Amino acid sequence: MTSVTLPAIGVVLPELLLAVGSLALLLIGAVRGDRASGLVNALALVLLVLAGIAVAFQGPEKIVAFNGSFVLDGFARFWKLLALIGSAAAIAMSREFFVRERLDKFEFPVLVLLSTLGMLLMISADSLLILYVGLELQSLAIYVIAAFDRDNARSTEAGLKYFVLGALSSGMLLYGSSLVYGLTGSIVFSDIAAALAGGHGVLFIFGLVFIIAGLAFKISAVPFHMWTPDVYEGAPTPVTAFLAAAPKMAAMALIVRVLMGVFPAIVDQWQQIIVFVALASMALGSFAAIGQRSIKRLMAYSSIGHMGYALVGLAAGTPQGVEAVLIYTAIYLATTLGAFAGILALRNGNVYVDRIDDLAGLSRSQPALAFFFAMIFFSFAGIPPWAGFFGKLYVFGAAIEAGLYTLAIIGVLTSVVGAFYYLRVVKIIYFDEPKAPYEPMTPVLKLVLGASSVVVLLFWVLPAPLVGAAAVAAKSLF
Amino acid sequence: MAAAAFFYLFAGICIASAFMVIAGRNPVTSVLFLILAFFNAAGLFVLIGAEFLAMMLVVVYVGAVAVLFLFVVMMIDVDFAELKAGFLQYLPVGALVAIVFLIELVMVVGTLFADPASLQVAAGAVADAPAAGVTNTQAIGQVLYTQYLFAFQAAGFVLLVAMVGAIVLTLRHKPNVKRQDIAEQVARSHKTVIELKKVPSRQGV
Repeated sequence: MTSVTLPAIGVVLPELLLAVGSLALLLIGAVRGDRASGLVNALALVLLVLAGIAVAFQGPEKIVAFNGSFVLDGFARFWKLLALIGSAAAIAMSREFFVRERLDKFEFPVLVLLSTLGMLLMISADSLLILYVGLELQSLAIYVIAAFDRDNARSTEAGLKYFVLGALSSGMLLYGSSLVYGLTGSIVFSDIAAALAGGHGVLFIFGLVFIIAGLAFKISAVPFHMWTPDVYEGAPTPVTAFLAAAPKMAAMALIVRVLMGVFPAIVDQWQQIIVFVALASMALGSFAAIGQRSIKRLMAYSSIGHMGYALVGLAAGTPQGVEAVLIYTAIYLATTLGAFAGILALRNGNVYVDRIDDLAGLSRSQPALAFFFAMIFFSFAGIPPWAGFFGKLYVFGAAIEAGLYTLAIIGVLTSVVGAFYYLRVVKIIYFDEPKAPYEPMTPVLKLVLGASSVVVLLFWVLPAPLVGAAAVAAKSLF
Repeated sequence: MAAAAFFYLFAGICIASAFMVIAGRNPVTSVLFLILAFFNAAGLFVLIGAEFLAMMLVVVYVGAVAVLFLFVVMMIDVDFAELKAGFLQYLPVGALVAIVFLIELVMVVGTLFADPASLQVAAGAVADAPAAGVTNTQAIGQVLYTQYLFAFQAAGFVLLVAMVGAIVLTLRHKPNVKRQDIAEQVARSHKTVIELKKVPSRQGV
């Protein structure tokens, strides 16, 4: 009989909070019906905040629990906070939208909570099994909420498309995992790394490629990006905000942990793959976004491009590169949430607008919103001194230190191309003839946009907290 | 020797019936071939001594999943011939991709023959075989709720999400449907359902 001792509950306290909490909320919703959706929404927000506090108070040491399926270290804590922030902001922003669109069902916050639980599992995964289960929990809930507007053909198409392609990517991930397991005899990351250190065969690279393909799908990196624009456009806007923020954090954490933590012995093998994926994502993100008319499609291509920039840091394969990925993704999270708060504020009565041209003359009807919106797009474009510039500075700096000059130069060139369409949005906001005025922002949107703007606008004044936290987190991986 | 013969028998039929699943013209025969493939895969499990997995495969996949497939295929009216109509159109591109894949696979297998060491399974790969006298049902039971407790619980949440999702996306409350409400039936008393009327003689109601 295998004896087992339950590790201290504190290790999995945030996950436990979300798991038990989401079950309780599901019961409340089942008993009280959709009348309780406001209450469930608020309680879900409270749960996410509590989980965030629990993460923040976990000790700095590295703990492996549950027979090597779960690892808690500084790296995991950093990403968990980012994922929780992304989910909390998406839930907070969703309420107003769903009430106006008559979609205020209590299942939405519950599914977001369960998806977030999956993200926390992914971030803390220490074996291929938990990696897969966490990934599937996260994705399955997102497939459902992408199709949440079930009477809308675009929304159901988005959900179905994401589901079919997601199932394909899960298949690839599992195929790669089974090859790796077959060749190393273990699903635990540390054992795989140890087996690898003693040499590896061709088949192992085969498995690695499939695992990278499965994970690249989740961060929508080229060439696994096809689903992104359609899903972003079809899904209800708060779901798009959620998609663009939280799951990217978890998938990026997983890629970095798997490549840097499990396969450091064959860095020369995966580096070229990541370099190619980063280059292709940056280029596609810049060029394909130029012709877009819908803001949500623009954000989709923008997120593809930004994931490419973040992967530049990973391609460096150094501790400094990992630190750059952490800083870049944290800034991306803040900027994206702010941008979506702005997009959700564009409302005439119950009609939410989606076209870039509808932003025309926003500066005259709502000067404050227009200003912060414009600053966020400046930051996306990487114009100093806003935060986005420093994010790019760190990733390109890491790439140059690692000798990847071509990658860094092409990255800078694509960001110049990208600046074109970001600046075009700013031009439309400030210089085009105004259309119908928009209604004032709700307090929640103001709060999210304000918090995002603080990060974006003031990062250059006080970069130490974020950079310091990223450095500590990156160090715990090595 | 007998084991090897059975292995090739099961594996051969399994692959052949898997091929028939995608090649079959009639979806019902496709599902029947799928069941045959499951049975042969179960046979392979028995050969490696995993009788519990073999039973589960038959009970769950043949008994439940395949029968459900059969139900759905028979109930929905999908013209599969029409779905396959565009097949020839995509054949050239598909064939090209398949040939590239084939060449790559041949090259990989070629390197394996050139360097057999690359197929070497790391030491300890076949560890954790259950002790003598422990059936593999017992062995799975011993680790499922102990060593793999965490993954087991997480998998439970995946199933929960699937259930919630199915309800959110498909459940509709129709307003004009009469449903049996047992509480209401039980709560009826003679006061609410029986009306006594005094009918005067020779006058009717």
